[in-house]
Amino acid sequence: MNSIQSLVKDLADTHGRKRESLLPIMQGVVTREKFLSEYAMVEIAREIDISAAEVYGTATFYSFLETQKMGKYVIRLCKTITCSMKGKNQILLAIQNMLKVGLGETTSDGKFTLLETNCLGWCHKAPAMLINDEVYTELTPEKVRETLTMYMNKNDEN
Amino acid sequence: MSDKINITINGLPVKVNKNLTILEAAELEGIRIPTLCYHKDLCVAGNCRVCVVELIGQKRLSAACATPCEEGMEILTNSLKVRNSRKHIIELLLSEHNADCTKCYRNGNCELQELASEYKIMTQDFLELVPFKNYTIDNFSPSIIKDDSKCIRCQRCVRTCAELQGVNALTVSHKGDQMKITTFFEKHMNEVICTSCGQCVNHCPTGALVEKNYIEEVWEVITDPKKHVIVQTAPAVRVGLGEEMGLKPGTRVTGKMVAALKRLGFDSVLDTDFTADLTIMEEGTELLTRLKKALVDKDENVRLPLTTSCSPGWIKYIEHMYPEYLENVSTCKSPQQMFGALAKTYYAKARRLDPENIVSVSIMPCTAKKYEAARPEMYDSGYRDVDYVLTTREMAILIKQAGLDFNKLEPVKFDRLMGESTGAGVIFGATGGVMEAALRTAYEIVTGREVPFDNLNITPVRGLEGVREATIKIEKPVKEWAFLDGIELKCAVAHGLANARKVMDAVKSGKADYHFIEIMACPGGCLGGGGQPIPTNPEIRKKRAEAIYAEDGDMPIRKSHMNPEITKIYKDFLKEPLGEISHHLLHTKYIKRERY
Amino acid sequence: MANSYLLKRADFIFRNENDWEQILSNSIKKKPQALINELISSELKGRGGAGFPTGLKWKLAAEAKSDVKYIICNADEGEPGTFKDREILSKVPFKVLTAMAVCGYITGARQGYIYLRGEYKFLEDELNKVIDEFEYYCKEIKLDFKIDVFMGSGAYICGEETALMESMEGYRGEPRNKPPFPTLEGYEGKPTVINNVETLAHAYTIFKEGAKKFYDLGVQYSRGTKLFSVSGDTPKPGIYELELGMSLQDFVYEFGDGDTKAVQVGGASGFLVPRKKFKDAAIGYQGKLTGISLPTGGSMMLFNSSRSMYNVLDNYLEFFREESCGQCTPCRVGCQQLLLGIKAVKRGEKPASYLEKLLRLTETMQYTAKCGLGQSVANSFSSIVENFREEMIY
Repeated sequence: MNSIQSLVKDLADTHGRKRESLLPIMQGVVTREKFLSEYAMVEIAREIDISAAEVYGTATFYSFLETQKMGKYVIRLCKTITCSMKGKNQILLAIQNMLKVGLGETTSDGKFTLLETNCLGWCHKAPAMLINDEVYTELTPEKVRETLTMYMNKNDEN
Repeated sequence: MSDKINITINGLPVKVNKNLTILEAAELEGIRIPTLCYHKDLCVAGNCRVCVVELIGQKRLSAACATPCEEGMEILTNSLKVRNSRKHIIELLLSEHNADCTKCYRNGNCELQELASEYKIMTQDFLELVPFKNYTIDNFSPSIIKDDSKCIRCQRCVRTCAELQGVNALTVSHKGDQMKITTFFEKHMNEVICTSCGQCVNHCPTGALVEKNYIEEVWEVITDPKKHVIVQTAPAVRVGLGEEMGLKPGTRVTGKMVAALKRLGFDSVLDTDFTADLTIMEEGTELLTRLKKALVDKDENVRLPLTTSCSPGWIKYIEHMYPEYLENVSTCKSPQQMFGALAKTYYAKARRLDPENIVSVSIMPCTAKKYEAARPEMYDSGYRDVDYVLTTREMAILIKQAGLDFNKLEPVKFDRLMGESTGAGVIFGATGGVMEAALRTAYEIVTGREVPFDNLNITPVRGLEGVREATIKIEKPVKEWAFLDGIELKCAVAHGLANARKVMDAVKSGKADYHFIEIMACPGGCLGGGGQPIPTNPEIRKKRAEAIYAEDGDMPIRKSHMNPEITKIYKDFLKEPLGEISHHLLHTKYIKRERY
Repeated sequence: MANSYLLKRADFIFRNENDWEQILSNSIKKKPQALINELISSELKGRGGAGFPTGLKWKLAAEAKSDVKYIICNADEGEPGTFKDREILSKVPFKVLTAMAVCGYITGARQGYIYLRGEYKFLEDELNKVIDEFEYYCKEIKLDFKIDVFMGSGAYICGEETALMESMEGYRGEPRNKPPFPTLEGYEGKPTVINNVETLAHAYTIFKEGAKKFYDLGVQYSRGTKLFSVSGDTPKPGIYELELGMSLQDFVYEFGDGDTKAVQVGGASGFLVPRKKFKDAAIGYQGKLTGISLPTGGSMMLFNSSRSMYNVLDNYLEFFREESCGQCTPCRVGCQQLLLGIKAVKRGEKPASYLEKLLRLTETMQYTAKCGLGQSVANSFSSIVENFREEMIY
């Protein structure tokens, strides 16, 4: 059994093998692998006994269940109205200049993927962004550069 | 004691059964509310919003298909608010639709077109969205073409593939303006579990899902003097073709069908029912051989239950989903493919034709047959066994293009040598038919007597329930089959792949102890196939089934083994069932496929 | 024009006296009908935006006949400009859990869920710890009630109650047909009470302080207090608990930056009120924007004169175009038509009169869309286009 298979099996052992278990299992795979590969989806389909197409159709509905390969750190910058008013475009430029990627792209070292997302619920401290599950608010170009530098220097294994 | 409630529809007071939807209640009162996503075969979706009606006192409109009637409801089906809203809905659908109707296969038989015509949508004030979309067309499958630019996202195909067939090859993906209907990872239909059953094509209201047609190719060979074009017709075609010609569902048009094919220019007009009879000989022998191996030789390797193999949709399904049971499937080819292999060998020899110049065409109620004919192993004659498969719908197009007045044609008989059939052959077109045909022959072989059913009508295997079971006790068999004395032959019949799954799961879990299972991929059997006239619904399929059994009842010979052409082919060519030549031409192998 | 009227602030939600154990054990000693009556007489209405009477909802679920029932806390806060539920779950989660458990006691439900939006995943661990402590106490007082957290994965539409339940069942978050309503057939087809986080927090206040104290605040049809999430061009962004029924003029006086051009009340699904209408608008549940507007969750976004209302509308429509589930025609195609439509008018590709056609389209969307998302696009579209027409064209 390879690592995806055992991951899916463990997740199914934890969450069950019914249709209700689908979202938690997909979330578990995304947490570790950062995205749902074709292979992972077939394994999930096999484990819960639904069709692969159903897994794909459900996954693609949810913005955080990516089906394309993602970097280790996924940046999600809020683009809804208040963050937009409070300088999100400057933040976007700062990130793009620093990481040399555009929206939807991943850095060549596979570390960062830059995405936009909708209202994160931090409008009183706009602009805001998520990096994986961590939230960063009251962003300024300097703050963003500091934060990204911190991530670049992270030596973690997961 | 019925629960009736009082409502008004367009001001008329009406008493209706409780729990009817507004749509159903209106229909009973003779009021047609237009729909798109609604279909009698499927669960209610309520997403197109075309069927909205006004309830007096409520600001928002309600979807008639999804709203149950309640006491005191005052319904308006054609108020100004309803009309304006409905017009907007249609305009919105048209704005994201490839509305180039003259170039569309469903031109003239499209539900969106009908709606636009009914509401006289003569201008498009909204913006055209099609140029902003990157719609794709998938025409990689030999049977089905999927054109996203014509999809109105009613999800009928998804619900069909899920509820009716249990295959779930199609899904809705993404959301918002990116929402679309697609396959696993948006692969081509022929790269995934799609069985080509074509039920999605039957249920699609527009031209988003159509069969791949071979009309031009067939005209070309018909009009090529060097080619000898043989055509075979499936049993279900003769009870469906009439609907394309304006006749009532369930009208039998066998003689006219043959006459039309002759007029179209086919050189030999023969009958798939002939090879249906042949299938019974081969498969019946196969079943009895397996029973002998299991019960007498105590061979542990022999696989029971035996399942039928004439439905290519079923074959593809089991290859994907239950590959460990492939050896349970009969090695017999389908009647279409048996015919194809024989046309370029047996028939060619007998008629002194060069098989190089023979083109083998079939008319099928089925889209999966197109896929089956294109399977790489179907070349046992030395050539491609079946060159082109046309659906019932395509045959109707040929007839119309030729300017034939179908209803005036005098009935004509099939040509000889592979054109004679029995009642057992024709009932292949209905669910339960293969089982019944097989039992009529196998029982007689084993006991020397006819099946103990009135007039040979084995009613327990007939009908339209999803899964049916029948048990036949073998008593006083002839000497050769003495080992079967007292055995209760347990049979099961399933139609629609969702029911096939039920049966296979029962077999897998050990709960089922059948000996023989007939599986048809399509609801109703082939008569409800993906190539039959559109629309389809339970009433229409019931009428077609009645026609099939009526056809059977009227035939002079009703048992496959009594077909003189069958006797002849064994005497002159095949020698014996499961013999060497049979193995080479009439039997096949299956392939394990991916789960997606 | 100076006005010394002060917005009536309150402090019920975030004041934490750590008395949840007492409130819970006292509540379950009362008769369920008595508790329902408290809620009904308080006239508490749903604080997520739809404003359905909470007491009635719990009553219907209690009357439904089923062995299995569910209580779901809707923490899928996604309406732009709303961030109060996050604060409640961070600061006073026990109030929410208590209210859920009392609801369970009243209705007969033994299982509760908190549907937490994926963007708030950082709350999950702490919330689970709190739940563990809570369940421990429930066991002690012999109350059969368990709570589990269900994580969302980035879909605004899952805040709609039936879409939320679809999501929990493992499907795409596509709203269902109503009827049947969740109180009869909800999660897994069982009677389900689904309430916004804040609604549950207010229910806690009512169980603690009594219905009258809640009822005495606010105005007719809009009793009690509400949390407002204030952001945008304001010197005081943040969360404020205010009595309902306040005038928008007073609100702007308190929270504006002196140059407030317009206020978006209720997020992208709500109404934009221009300066000239501030004095006519009050915040509460009642009818349309002739005097009273709907809080739709309490999002209040202030725009000053430097803001282009065209950009604002464009931003909302982009949001809806992406977040629509896509199943129903009016919303899926309508949102695209509206967004591309205003762009075309702005670029001069369509005449200004095309805006009228779009306004009529939003009416159709309001009448025919399958769920609140499609039905509410008309709110911001019509209020912005009608009040700032010039900005759409030039």
